[in-house]
Amino acid sequence: MSNDSTVSVNPKDLETFSYDNVIVRNFAWATIIWGIVGFLVGLIIAIQMFAPAYFPFLDVGISYLSFGRLRPLHTNAVIFAFVGNAIFMGVYYSLPRLAKAPMWSILLSKLHFWGWQLIIVSAAVTFPLGLTQGKEYAELIWPIDVAVAVVWVIFGINMLMTLIKRRERHMYVAIWFYIASWVTVAVLHIVNSLVIPYSLLSSYPIYTGVQDALVQWWYGHNAVAFFLTTPFLGLMYYFLPKAANRPVYSYRLSIIHFWSLIFLYIWAGPHHLLYSSTPDWVQSLGTVFSIMLIAPSWGGMINGLLTLRGVWDKVREDPILKFMVVAITAYGMAVFEGPMLSIKSFNALSHFTDWTIAHVHVGALGWNGMLTFAILYWIIPKMWKTDLYSKKLANLHFWIGFLGILIYAAPLYWAGITQGLMWKQFSPDGFLMYRNFLETVTHLVPMYAIRALGGTLFLTGAIVMLYNLIMTMKRGTFMAEETFKAPAMVSSHNEKVNHRWLEGKPMPFLIASLIVILVGGIFEIVPMQVIKSNVPTITSVKPYTPLELHGRDIYIREGCYLCHSQMIRPFRNETERYGEYSKAGEFVYDTPFQWGSKRTGPDLHRIGGKYPHAWHYQHMYDPQSIAPGSIMPRYPWLLENSLDTSHTSNKIRALMTLNFPYPHGYDNVAYIDVQTQAMEIVEDLKISGIETTYDKEIIALIAYLQRLGTDIKGESKPIFSKP
Amino acid sequence: MSVVIILMSASLFVAIVFLVSFLWAVKNEQFDDTYTPSLRILNDENINNVKLKDGVGE
Repeated sequence: MSNDSTVSVNPKDLETFSYDNVIVRNFAWATIIWGIVGFLVGLIIAIQMFAPAYFPFLDVGISYLSFGRLRPLHTNAVIFAFVGNAIFMGVYYSLPRLAKAPMWSILLSKLHFWGWQLIIVSAAVTFPLGLTQGKEYAELIWPIDVAVAVVWVIFGINMLMTLIKRRERHMYVAIWFYIASWVTVAVLHIVNSLVIPYSLLSSYPIYTGVQDALVQWWYGHNAVAFFLTTPFLGLMYYFLPKAANRPVYSYRLSIIHFWSLIFLYIWAGPHHLLYSSTPDWVQSLGTVFSIMLIAPSWGGMINGLLTLRGVWDKVREDPILKFMVVAITAYGMAVFEGPMLSIKSFNALSHFTDWTIAHVHVGALGWNGMLTFAILYWIIPKMWKTDLYSKKLANLHFWIGFLGILIYAAPLYWAGITQGLMWKQFSPDGFLMYRNFLETVTHLVPMYAIRALGGTLFLTGAIVMLYNLIMTMKRGTFMAEETFKAPAMVSSHNEKVNHRWLEGKPMPFLIASLIVILVGGIFEIVPMQVIKSNVPTITSVKPYTPLELHGRDIYIREGCYLCHSQMIRPFRNETERYGEYSKAGEFVYDTPFQWGSKRTGPDLHRIGGKYPHAWHYQHMYDPQSIAPGSIMPRYPWLLENSLDTSHTSNKIRALMTLNFPYPHGYDNVAYIDVQTQAMEIVEDLKISGIETTYDKEIIALIAYLQRLGTDIKGESKPIFSKP
Repeated sequence: MSVVIILMSASLFVAIVFLVSFLWAVKNEQFDDTYTPSLRILNDENINNVKLKDGVGE
C-alpha cells in the first residue's frame, strides 16, 4: 500500500475539498467555557468541605447549592462537558485531516454541537434542582440520557461516514482510538441507563442491589476508560507528533498499545467493588485484568514520552510540549496507581478515603486537563493563522496549573492514608482508637483547605489561558475553512476491483455500530426476563414501605451517597464501628443501589434504630448542634418542604414490574400507608418535644434511615395495607 | 448474579466487534506499513503543495 506516495498523480485527478474549522472553533470555545465552569463548581464544593468547620455561618442552607447536588454537577461538567467537548474538538480537527476528507455532514456536526451543549445546560439546571438518578457519573435523568444516546449516534454516523468517504486509505492509529471509544461508550451508556420511568423526569433502574452495583461500576470504570482515556490517547497520537514535529516513537507500538488496551480494559470494572457483597470471583477477575492493564498503558506512556527523544531542548522552550509531557506523565502515574488500588490489600486501606479522589484528579487535572490545554494552545493559533499571543502567559499557566495539581493531590493522599489508618486503629486493649467517626474527619480539615488552594491555582491557570487565547484570536484572522487537494483513495494492489463503497470498509464499523445499538434495544427487554435474582435471599428482608421509599428518593435527591456509603466491609474495624457486615441479600429491593464510593461521613447501612427520630430531625436541621465540628451541610429545607406524594402509586407500580413482592393492587392503597407511618413518627417526635406535621419531607427521610439495615435483625415488620 | 451474564455478553459483544475490526484491518493491510503513517500525518497540511507541475503527488 501507500503507493500514493510513489505513484505519480495527474493534477486533473486531484479532488478539491475543504475542512470546516467553524465546528472545531465552537467545540474549542465550549471546552474552555465548560472547563472553567467545571473547575469553579469543583472549587465551590472543595470549599464546602472545610468551610463549615471554620465558618459555620457560611452554610446558609440553600438546597440548590448543597454539596450533594453540586458534586454531580462538578463531575459531569468536567467529564462530559470539559473533556467531552475537548474530545469532539480534537476529533473534528484531526479526523478530516487524517482521512483527507471533510466531515461528512455539516448539518450533523451542528446537531452534534448544539445537541451536546443543550444536554450540558439541562444537566446544569437539573442537578441543582435535585433531579438525579443517583448513580455516579450516570446521574443524568432518563430524558437527558435519551438525548445523550441520540447525539452520540449523530456523532457516530458523522464520523463513520467521513471514514467511508476518506481519501487516505490508511487509517492512522488515532482514528482507531476514536472508533473504539465511540462503540464502547454507546454500549456502556445504553446498558447502564436502562430504567423504568415513573414520571416525566424520574425513574428506577431495572437492576437492583448487587446487580445494579455491578452494572454501575462496569459502566463507571469503562467510562473512565473509554471517555477519559482512549479518546485522549487518540488525541495524543495526533497532536503530540504535530506539536513536536516528530513522528511518534514507534508506530508499531502504538498499534499494539491500541489493541491490547481495548481488549483488556472492559473487564476491570469490578475492582471498584472489592470486599463488597459481590461474588469473590468477580472481584478477582477485576483485579487480574486491572494488573494486566499496566502493560499496554505504560506502553502508550513510553511511546508518548519517547516521541520527544531528540527534541527535549524544544520541551524547555515550548509550553505546549511542557503541558504534554506533564499530561503523559500524569497518565503514566494514574494508570500505575489504578492497578495498585485494585489489589485487595491496597484497596482495604484506600477505598472510601480521599486517596480515590486524589487518584482521579491526577488523571483528570493532569492527563485530561493538561493535554486539553496543550491542544488548545496549538489549535487556536493554527486556525487563526497567527502565533500564540504570549508564550510567557502560557508558561505561567503551565506552572500554576502544574503546582495546582501537586498542591491538590498531595494533601489528599495524605488525608486518604491518614483516615484509612485511623479507621483501622485499635487501642492495646482491643477497642477502636477513634470510635467517633468525626474525629477522623476533623483531622483532615486542614488538608481539605490546602486542596482547595490547589484547585484555585488550577482554575486561575485556566482563566489565564482564556485571556491568552482571546488575545491570540484578536491578533489573527479566523479561517472558517481550509481548502485542500488530494487524489481519491487508491485501492491496494491486491484488490482488483475498484469498488470504493465496499472496500473503503469502515462499513463493517458502521454495521457493527448499528448492531450495537440494536443489541442495546434488545437488552432493554431481555434483562427483565433473564434476571431472576439468584442473590441469596433472606426471608426477613422486605421491600420498603411507600413512606420509606419516598425518604429513599430524598436521600438520592440530596446526593447523600456521595459522602456516605451503605456497605460495611467484612473487616473487624468496620463491624466494630458499624455493626454486622453487609450481605448481598439485603440489597435486593434497592434500586438504584446506594453503596457509595466515598466515606466523608460514616457508613449508614446499619444506621436504622441507632438513634431516636428526634436525633435525626435535629441532625438534619443543624448537624453541628449535635456533632460539633461536623462538616456535614445543613438541610433545613427538609423540615419545611411538603413531601411530594403525587407519584406514590406510580413508584409502587414501577417497582411491581420489577417483581417486588407488594400485595396485588397495592399501588392503589399505598398512600394510606404513607400517612399512617408518617403519623407514628410525628407522634414520636412530639414526645421528644418536636412539633411538626406528617407531610414534611424530613418524616419520610427519617422513616428510611430508621429502616436501613434493620431487616436482618428481624426488627422491622413493615405492614402493607390490603387493597 | 445473573446480571453478570448481561455484562459478559455486552463486553464479549464489544470484544467481538473489536476482534472483527482487527481481522479486517490486518487483511486490509492497515498494519503492513508501520513507519510511513507516522510521517505522513506530519505533512497533512501540505497537501496543497503537491508538486503539480511534474504531476507527482506528495
